[in-house]
Amino acid sequence: MCGPPKQRDQHCAERDLICRPNLPLGSSVLSPGSVFKAPVGWSLGLPGYSQALLEIGTIIRSLGCCPSEGELHDLIAEVEEEEPTGYIRFEKFLPVMTEVLLERRYRPIPEDTLLRAFEVLDPSKRGFLTKEELIKYMTEEGEPFSQEEMEEMLSAAIDPESNSIHYKDYIAMMVVDDS
Amino acid sequence: MSRRGALRLPPGPGSPGSQARFSIPAAAFRAAALIQRWYRRYVARLEMRRHCTWRIFQSIEYAGQQDQVKLHDFFSYLVEHFTPSSNHERDFLNRVFTEERFPQDAEMEKFSDYKSIEVPDNYTGPRLSFPLLPDHAAALVEAFRRKQQLHARYVLNLLHETRKHLEQLPNITRVSTCYSEEVTVCGDLHGQLDDLIFIFYKNGLPSPERAYVFNGDFVDRGKDSVEILMVLFAFMLVYPKEFHLNRGNHEDHMVNLRYGFTKEVMHKYKTHGKKILKTLQDVFCWLPLATLVDEKVLILHGGVSDMTDLELLAKLDRHKIVSTLRRKTRKENGKQATKEKATPPSGAGRPTPWFLPQTRSLPASPLRLGASGAPRAGRSSSIPCSCPADAKEPARRARRSVDLELDRCRRQAGLPVSPAQGEPLLCTPEADSEAEEPPEPTQEEWKQVVDILWSDPMTQDGCKANTIRGGGCYFGPNVTEQLLQKYNLQFLIRSHECKPEGYEFCHSRKVLTIFSASNYYEVGSNRGAYVKLGPALTPYIVQYQANEATHTLTMRQRISRVEEAALRSLREKLFAHSSDLLGEFKKHDADKTGFITLSDWAEAVESVLRLGLPWRMLRPQLVRSSTDNTLEYRSWLEDLAKEQLSHENIQSSLLETLYQNRSNLETIFRIIDSDHSGFISLDEFRQTWKLFSSHMNVDITDDCICDLARSIDFNKDGHIDINEFLEAFRLVEQSCPEGEASDCRQATSTTDGGCSKPGTH
Repeated sequence: MCGPPKQRDQHCAERDLICRPNLPLGSSVLSPGSVFKAPVGWSLGLPGYSQALLEIGTIIRSLGCCPSEGELHDLIAEVEEEEPTGYIRFEKFLPVMTEVLLERRYRPIPEDTLLRAFEVLDPSKRGFLTKEELIKYMTEEGEPFSQEEMEEMLSAAIDPESNSIHYKDYIAMMVVDDS
Repeated sequence: MSRRGALRLPPGPGSPGSQARFSIPAAAFRAAALIQRWYRRYVARLEMRRHCTWRIFQSIEYAGQQDQVKLHDFFSYLVEHFTPSSNHERDFLNRVFTEERFPQDAEMEKFSDYKSIEVPDNYTGPRLSFPLLPDHAAALVEAFRRKQQLHARYVLNLLHETRKHLEQLPNITRVSTCYSEEVTVCGDLHGQLDDLIFIFYKNGLPSPERAYVFNGDFVDRGKDSVEILMVLFAFMLVYPKEFHLNRGNHEDHMVNLRYGFTKEVMHKYKTHGKKILKTLQDVFCWLPLATLVDEKVLILHGGVSDMTDLELLAKLDRHKIVSTLRRKTRKENGKQATKEKATPPSGAGRPTPWFLPQTRSLPASPLRLGASGAPRAGRSSSIPCSCPADAKEPARRARRSVDLELDRCRRQAGLPVSPAQGEPLLCTPEADSEAEEPPEPTQEEWKQVVDILWSDPMTQDGCKANTIRGGGCYFGPNVTEQLLQKYNLQFLIRSHECKPEGYEFCHSRKVLTIFSASNYYEVGSNRGAYVKLGPALTPYIVQYQANEATHTLTMRQRISRVEEAALRSLREKLFAHSSDLLGEFKKHDADKTGFITLSDWAEAVESVLRLGLPWRMLRPQLVRSSTDNTLEYRSWLEDLAKEQLSHENIQSSLLETLYQNRSNLETIFRIIDSDHSGFISLDEFRQTWKLFSSHMNVDITDDCICDLARSIDFNKDGHIDINEFLEAFRLVEQSCPEGEASDCRQATSTTDGGCSKPGTH
């Protein structure tokens, strides 16, 4: 599952995490054989550290993947126990995730693709979406946002004066922030 | 591979998108899904950053507590290896080791004597009269909210009354929900008055119908510890049946030396601060250890261990446990029982940190002197380590300080003083001097208290020493279960650990952590919370964040802000270990190319810093320059240094070592500065540093220390303000003050030995 050292170095740093099972993921001590009691998540803490829990979706997305909710559920189904306990075992997760990374599955969305998606929602090419429109699309279409997600997105995206989102600027801001 | 076409319809019968919508174009549907997918990834990455930031703060905080271990090692080292070369040095050493005698009861009265303190006419702050009325307590809160300060006389008066009250209380307070219908439990406040005020505002002031339990750690770190104590004590006196306090590990003068409370008191009360501190030392020891609600919910500050024995905890004399950091003794009636017995620990040849359990299972020790494993090397010796049986030296040295003390007592009693000597007297056997009940806690008792004040829960079963904190243990779900069953309890409430949401359940909801200091690490870092219990004992949790500014920030901004602070701290720490890091990097660079892989970087950094952090996740924030996944490590270290260092004149490695140990040094300074003046002489500084550096194996010439001392003495008065010293290590660009430029330049030449005679001050 792991290539020889030279090949490994060519991959991104995150992939290094996965390919070295003896080295902890994110430098936490996760040893094979551990069972992590976390609600559909994964404790990255050392014993005694605050058991700050991370959802498995967060972990997968932080590793460079951008799955949809549906794809995420499928992935979780692959790594869950036969009788889903809400616990994920490291040994099961590791090979599955490695393959995902090596296959470059769920690649992140390029900026221009994102822009075009917004433009689809703005057929009259005004350059913005109103707050109501954004809410409607995000909470009724696709894989709808929860209320919390919607509120959070609005807080950063909406220009309070015009009550609209100028998506080109918004994307530019988010992309810079994300890098 | 384009993803747009491959998007699936979301599963699940309930989800709105699963129904075919013929009226909405499929393209719009897919576009929305794409945006959502992108956005969720963005949020996940933010969450990961928040998580990493949290880990940074937490690990740095706990690593600081590990420093106590180093400090203790330092003292042990001194005891064992340092031969005072002069009376001067011996005296100095004695000062470090012979802590001032604990005030006896008569003296205690003197310390809390407030009646002689005059309150000036122009004092506009709050005034207290006893017995306190509810209105007084409420007025006190209001006065503090308006940033007024309580006069020392009233402080001492209040403390005096508080102590009288606390003395009557049992170790374990019993609370019943049939009297007051609800009980509100609050966790750590750590000097953050805003949070306390907010809790009273939101939940209501204490009253006969509204009981409160405050679960320890009222002081340290925050800037209003004094005010918090005043409020809590005032309400306790006003509503003794409904208002309860538990002791935390920070209600401890030794801990306060390090974590800021001592500093705060001395700063706010320049004249009477010392009295206040001494009185508080006593008051802290009288705080109850735990609270039991309806015999079902146990509230204590840290946690439990597999040896926790509530009956023993209920019976022991809690007042004897002065500090959980030091199993010191409190002597009654000025008698000293000198114990020469240095019973060896189980097989260990070198001293082990005193707070680690000597063995996991302690023998039930009878209440007898010298029954425990730790040596009693002297009356007030602060050497808590266990000495090997054949090492007479340490015991002898420490006994020297006892002799000085004996002499003093003899003098007081009018008896002939023993001739001055280098060799200590052999002390009389214990049997003679102990006619009364032994005044100090046994090892077992002490360990019981340390366990409940310092332990943390863990997810795995079992019980092991809490090496991160250096005290107490980690306890697993089975330990909790065992305890709950043994005493027929429903669940535990504890504090001691900061949680992002202000609270956290664990051990199948049998353990609730409640933490009431919001924004603890940094503005926006976490919420605070308190929990309410009604007669059904169902926990109802209320969260808050006592800083309006955070509400207006977006999640992204909040996280960025806290993250910046965390990364700053982390870079400081990295810098402080530059030499070690360089050594470690070189190990990964056998061919001496000057480059290492980023993976090697992560390994190396962890092996030096041992913070257990996800370095690969953090790497993009810490390592700017990297091409093709390799790093030129020397220039990276140089860049770090440039950020941190402003004094190129001081030897870089010296500064680094000082920096690394500044927390320990601060504590040592405060111990030396026994009259809490805030100053130590240049000479004392040099002595301290010399001792410390020889222990740390740092090669320092006398000249360098001289220069360093002088360069830190900014106002050139021959004394170092402790705060000056600490300022030297903040990230300030220090420009030499005008007119002292020449002095600064003198300090630059460390090589030509142009140092003034040592000892002049």
